[in-house]
Formats: sequence, C-alpha cells, structure tokens
Amino acid sequence: MIRFVRREAVPFWLSLAAPVGAGLAALLLTAVPLAISGAPIGRGFALLFEGSVGSVFALTETMARATPLIFTGLAAAVAFRAKLWNIGAEGQLYAGALAAVVVGTGAIAAPPFVLVPLVLLAGAAAGAGLLMGPVFFKSRFGADEVVTTLLMNFIVILFVQMMLEGPLKDPLSLGWPQSEPMVDEAVLPKLVDRMRVHAGLLVAIACAIASHVLLERTLWGFQIRAVGESAAAARYAGVPMGGTLLRVALLSGGFAGLAGACEVAGLKGYLTADLSPGYGYAGIVVAMLAGLSPLGVIPAALFVAGVFVGADTMSRSIGVSNYLADLVVAMSLLCVIVGGLFARYEVRFVRRGAQA
Amino acid sequence: MTYPTQTDGTSAGAAPRSTVLSLRGITKRFGALLANDAIDLDLRAGEIVALLGENGAGKTTLMNILFGHYVADAGEVRVAGPDGALAPLPPGSADAALGAGIGMVHQHFTLAENLSGFENIVLGTRPLWSPGIGGRAARAKVARIAADSGLGVDLDVSVSRLSVGEKQRVEILKALYRDVKVLILDEPTAVLTPQEAEGLADTVRSLASRGLAVIFISHKLNEVISLCERVVVLRGGAKVADRATAGADRATLAELMVGRSIEVRHSAPRGVGEPVLTLDRVSAAMGRRDRLVDASLDLRAGEIVGIAGVSGNGQGTLAALLAGLAAPRSGRLSVLGEVITGEDPRAMVARGVGRVPEDRHREGSIGAMSIAENFVLERLQGGDFQRLGFLARSRIRAETERVIAAFDVRCSGPDAPIRLLSGGNMQKVILARALDGRPRLVLAHQPTRGLDVAATADIHRRLLDARDRGAGVLLISEDLDEIFALADRIAGIHHGELSRAFPAGSLDQRSVGLLMAGQDPGIAA
Repeated sequence: MIRFVRREAVPFWLSLAAPVGAGLAALLLTAVPLAISGAPIGRGFALLFEGSVGSVFALTETMARATPLIFTGLAAAVAFRAKLWNIGAEGQLYAGALAAVVVGTGAIAAPPFVLVPLVLLAGAAAGAGLLMGPVFFKSRFGADEVVTTLLMNFIVILFVQMMLEGPLKDPLSLGWPQSEPMVDEAVLPKLVDRMRVHAGLLVAIACAIASHVLLERTLWGFQIRAVGESAAAARYAGVPMGGTLLRVALLSGGFAGLAGACEVAGLKGYLTADLSPGYGYAGIVVAMLAGLSPLGVIPAALFVAGVFVGADTMSRSIGVSNYLADLVVAMSLLCVIVGGLFARYEVRFVRRGAQA
Repeated sequence: MTYPTQTDGTSAGAAPRSTVLSLRGITKRFGALLANDAIDLDLRAGEIVALLGENGAGKTTLMNILFGHYVADAGEVRVAGPDGALAPLPPGSADAALGAGIGMVHQHFTLAENLSGFENIVLGTRPLWSPGIGGRAARAKVARIAADSGLGVDLDVSVSRLSVGEKQRVEILKALYRDVKVLILDEPTAVLTPQEAEGLADTVRSLASRGLAVIFISHKLNEVISLCERVVVLRGGAKVADRATAGADRATLAELMVGRSIEVRHSAPRGVGEPVLTLDRVSAAMGRRDRLVDASLDLRAGEIVGIAGVSGNGQGTLAALLAGLAAPRSGRLSVLGEVITGEDPRAMVARGVGRVPEDRHREGSIGAMSIAENFVLERLQGGDFQRLGFLARSRIRAETERVIAAFDVRCSGPDAPIRLLSGGNMQKVILARALDGRPRLVLAHQPTRGLDVAATADIHRRLLDARDRGAGVLLISEDLDEIFALADRIAGIHHGELSRAFPAGSLDQRSVGLLMAGQDPGIAA
C-alpha cells in the first residue's frame, strides 16, 4: 500500500528539483506522440534542443519569446500569491499594447528617454486599469474574479479588433487590420545586433527582481502574502484588505500590460490582433512552474519559450506539427502539479498486513 | 519520579462482564519519537474508562491505531466478535474497525458542512444507489436516539449554520446511530453547559448500563472522576497508571499526567481601577446566527470578568466587537475611553487592546508563515518593525527570539512555520503577540481550548499576570473550571443576552449553569 505523508517542511533542493523534474518528465512524455507520428525521436529532441539554445540566433529568439512570458508569469505569480485569481493577463496584455500604440505612434513627439518610459507606463497603466473592474466587483459584490477576468479577455480582444479596423487602422497597410508603426523614438533598443531580443527583457528581469524584493522584504509584500495565506487571520490582525487587494491588482495588471507594450515597442513595431499566441494563459503555466516565486519566473519563462522556439525548428525540419510545443507546455503544467505533490508529501510504501 | 502502574479489577459486586476490546503491547514510533510504548488496555462491556494524558502523551496515536488510521509497529488489537470471542482486528483498516463496532466522536468535527444534520448522521450507512437519503425508519431511529440521549439539535438545517456545540451533538448522534459496541469520546463535553454535560453523562451511563463500552478522553478531571469507573493515564507514550477512579482526586490525576505538581492559584485582584470597557445596551450581530442584544457590561482595569456560556450564544459577536471586526448597531460601546462606531481591527490594536481569538488556526495565526512573521503580524503598521515600508528583519528576529524565551515557546527558532507548533506553543505565540505590548484591555476568547494541563496552567498564569499589571481582561469561555480559576466577576450569556456580572465568590457551578441557561441564579450582585 502506498501512503502519502505530508512533509513538515519542503527542503530547498526539492523545491528546485520538482519543477526541473516536471519539465524533463513533460519532454519525455512528449516522446510518445512523437513516436506515434512516426518521427525519429532522438533527432526530434536534438532539433528541439538545437532550435532553442543551439546557436546565437536560437538563444536570442528564446530570450525574445521569454520576455512577454516573464511579464505574464509575474502577473500570475504576484496575483496568485494573494489568492487573486487573475486569469485575464491575455486581455490586459492587449490593453497594454493598445495603450502603447496610442502613445507611441506619433501622438507625442519626445526623445527616446522620455517616450520609451512613457510607452511602458501607458501599457502598465492600461493593463492595471483593466483589472480594476473585476477587483471592484469582487470586493463590492463578491463576484468571482476567475469568471470576470476571463470574460474580459474576449471583450478586450474584440475591442482591439474594432480599433484596428477603425480609428487605429494604418491607412498604408493595404487593408490589413494593423496599427500605424511605432515612431523610432518609442522603440525599445535591440540587445544584440540583427537579432530580435530587445531591452524589454531587461525590464522584465528588473520587474522580477523588484517583485521578489517587494514580496519578501517589504511591508506591502508581507501583507500580500498574509492575505493570500489566510484572509481571516490577516483581517483579524488588521491588514488592510481592500488596499492590499488593490495593490496586488495594480501590480498584476501592470505586468501583463507591460508584456503587451514591450511586444509592440520592442518586437513587432505595430499592433495586430494576433499579437499574442496566448502569452497571457501561458503565463499561468510559467507562474506554476516557478512555484509562484518571482525569481523562479525567469527560468520558467525561458524554459517555456525554449520549448516553443525549439518546436518550431523541429516541426520545420521533420514535419511534425508545432502543436507539440503546446503539448509539452500543457504536460509540464500537469507534471509540475504532480511534482508539487511529491515535494509536499513523502511517499511511503507500507506493507499491508496479511489479513484479507 | 516514576509512578508504579496500579491495576484494579472490576468494581466489587458487579456481574462478571465480558471483555470487548483488548490492546496488547501497542508500540508505535515516529522517527525518534516513541509515541506509544507497549501499551496494554482492556475494556469490558458496560465499562466507562477515562483515558488521560497531556497533549503528546500518545492518546491520539493510540486511538488512531485502534481506529485503523495508523499501523502499530508492534502489538495487537483484539475485538469481541458476535459470539463474544476476541478476534484480532486487521491493522490499518478503518473499515474493519467500524465494522467491528468501534465508533469515535472526534474533537475536530468530521461533518459535511453543506449537508443537514440528519443527512450527516445517515451518510455512509446506506448504499450509494439507494434513492433518497433516508426513509421514515432512519428518521424514527434518529429521533429516538436524540430523545434517549437528550441531544436536542435542529437536524434539518445545514451543518454550516450550526454552532460548535450543536455540531458536536450531531457528531455524537452520528456515532450512536451506528450501533457501536465501543464508543470513544474525545473531549465530548468541552462545548456543553454543566447541565448539558450532566445530561450527556446520564446518557453515557445509561448507554453503558446497556452494555456499551466507553473510552472517555477529557481534560476535565472533575468530570472524569464523577463519570468514569476506571482511569488509564498515559505520559510520554507509556501507561503510567491504570486504576479505579474511586479514591482519586483532581490533584492526584493531574500529577500522574504531568509528572509534577501544577496548580495555578487564583489570587484576589490587587485593586480595581477605571473602566476600560463599557457596553451600554449594545446590540450587534455577526452574520445571521450570532448576535448580542442590549448587552451592558463594565470591565475595570485590574480585574478579570468571565463570560460563561455555550458557544453560539453571542460570544462571537462580543469578541468581534472588541477585536474590531464588528460595530454596534445600537447602544454605546466604549473601549479605553473611546466610543467605538466602526469596524477597524488595526485601530483596536493601536488603542492598546490585546486580542486572543477563539480559533487559533483560522484567525489567530497564518500556518504557512513563520513564528516571527506571525508575531509581528498585527504590529507592522506602526514604526517598530519597518522602515520606509521595508521590513526591519533583524529587529523582527531579535524581538521574536526575546518573546520565544519570555513565553517559553518550544520551537526550532523564529523562522519555523507556526503550523509545526503544538497547540499550546502556537497559543503562546498568539498570547505573546497580544500581551507583549502591555495592553490595557485584553480579550481572551477560549484561550485554552484543546490545550493540555501544563499549557493551560501557563496561559492562565499569564492572564493573571496581565491583570495584576493593571489590564482589564475579558475572558470568554465555555470551560467553567477556567472561568472559576480566573474570573473575579462572572456573567452568563444566553441567546445573545448578557446577564449581570456577579462576584465569582458568590457563585457555584450550579448557579453559573443557570446563568448560562439564561436564568436568574437568585443572588444579589
């Protein structure tokens, strides 16, 4: 008989090993559909690896892809620490991108050191602002934020499409629904010549470090953790519940908004309605892989981005679908949930008595 | 010091009774801890045996082994079958234990909150595919048991709306419904009024006279002495006594449990000062069930006023008013000279109110956070432990280490998660948080519920110290021994109505029982 015994404390090495093991297990499990589709497994994995980290191009591509994932991962991690279930990072990302385009396509003429921060700020403000509605309804009427934030995603994306077909449409785009391009002063500088990775990555890493410091070292972070771990005890102790929730929402929505602003200002240069291939949702996986630790979000985002980028290479070379990437990411979420169980519980094999 | 194990046969004159349960050499280790050390225990039909021991003495482990939740490292459990012959119980199987007629009423309830009392009672006794939840026969049986045992409770509302005391009554009914041969009662009277506890004792006696064997776990030694014929005492995992109750008194039993003498002597107050808390016809409510109606009370510096009553009668609201979690709807509430009109827990702390909540797991502490974090939880808003919004971590650590020493909290250090502490040590941390700032008004709501004798004595001593320092202490408790041990004046609370507070010396257990039932004890204040 197998028994699960709760560990008194999760050892540090195990809290690291669990997500790493989960990622590896997810990759191994992917070998099954890979084999079924008749592809050479070993070569497939070699290509996956090569495509994500095997060259300067691959590496910078992974880092470029990881940038929005770090932001949306932080959006989920910070909110989930306070048990604010913000599932709306996707919509907040688009709101941030929209705001970045509004500010950065010529409405304001300013030098880069003014305009770039302004674009990022506008993106963060739009993302945060979008979360205010669900937070208001949650604290005023007890509306479940899972539902409201999730539904907001669809509303925002439809709104973006409407704007791209209407007032924000680039007249020179030959009929494509896309915005005017960002002006040069609003574009984030590239980090490596001729590669796509941009300064947004540095902003993302700075945000992760700042979030870590906030959560672990400050009064506000302490209150966020207290509210998340036990709302009843936090309230009893006099932690301001409304204020804490508001701060978490501002941070979470702001990070998601920054993801959109950085994509527009750093990578794409203009806004389309297919800006994000689901970064908002993938951010939840990233946050879970990271165990809701802001610093852990960085490697988790790099892993997920690497799988996406590598799977593209693999699918091009051996002709399997790049949906395999989604599969790996989905599996790694499942594996990390199972892995979390093994980290928190000790598995003991108990020999049963001989009686029937 | 060691105590010789005393063994005593059946009480003289009784008919020979068959053994229904026999534990032999039960041994269980958890790592280095020897939780049960070769424990023997025999139980005969119709016998009421008390199982005594401090928290950590091994009672729970022993009961879990009996119940199939743990497998003993050595030893055997044997239960009488239908023919009366003892047969070994398969270890590690709760089903087998249930099937053999062993029932237990747990201290922590095992009820489905969203079902009614009746549904909880019959839950699991009917096949899954049977339509409906229980026919007329089941209802009649439940009604009969409820009438026989005197355990009145509304069985048709969902359990989540019942008070703690009512939930426990459902638990007892649930066990009785299952026709048990051996009934284990874990702290069953902790939440009952003296009259109700006496009623339960009568029930237990009558059930025992019909052949039920009862294991009675309690910290209330008076109750044990009056109800049980035999007492088994565990200490440090070993059985240190197995003797007849006759001839034992509280002090003897307490000493057997703890291994040394522990008495907290109630002393007269040194001098009563200004009022620190005044309620003038205050009405308030917490949710739908718990409310306070036109309550008036004066609490002065340097005295302890005890509020006796069964939980769910308005204590929750009274405590919430002092904790800053509720505001009066009408009437005048004055705390330390300030009239309170709104809800603000933080302001209460800032005024100098030390608060010990009823539920130390839910409201008193954050299990996943460290002792240090829990200690500073309600004091962070002030400037003591933060600078410009950043936590003063070394200061927090140093202060926590100081109170860990001052309050004798047994733990591995300030960074240990508080959930790893025993109930008594966790309560000491909460008490340290409430008392360390030298509050002028202290709210102690069920401060020792579920704690062992030694921890209880320690917490009582600290509350008396706070009083002697000049604080006014409002003690809300269901435990009359606690009320009498601490309070200088006693009021009863019943259906939201607070009685006058009488000097403790003018009351006895019976008159406090009347107060708890909302009746006038007929004593001039």
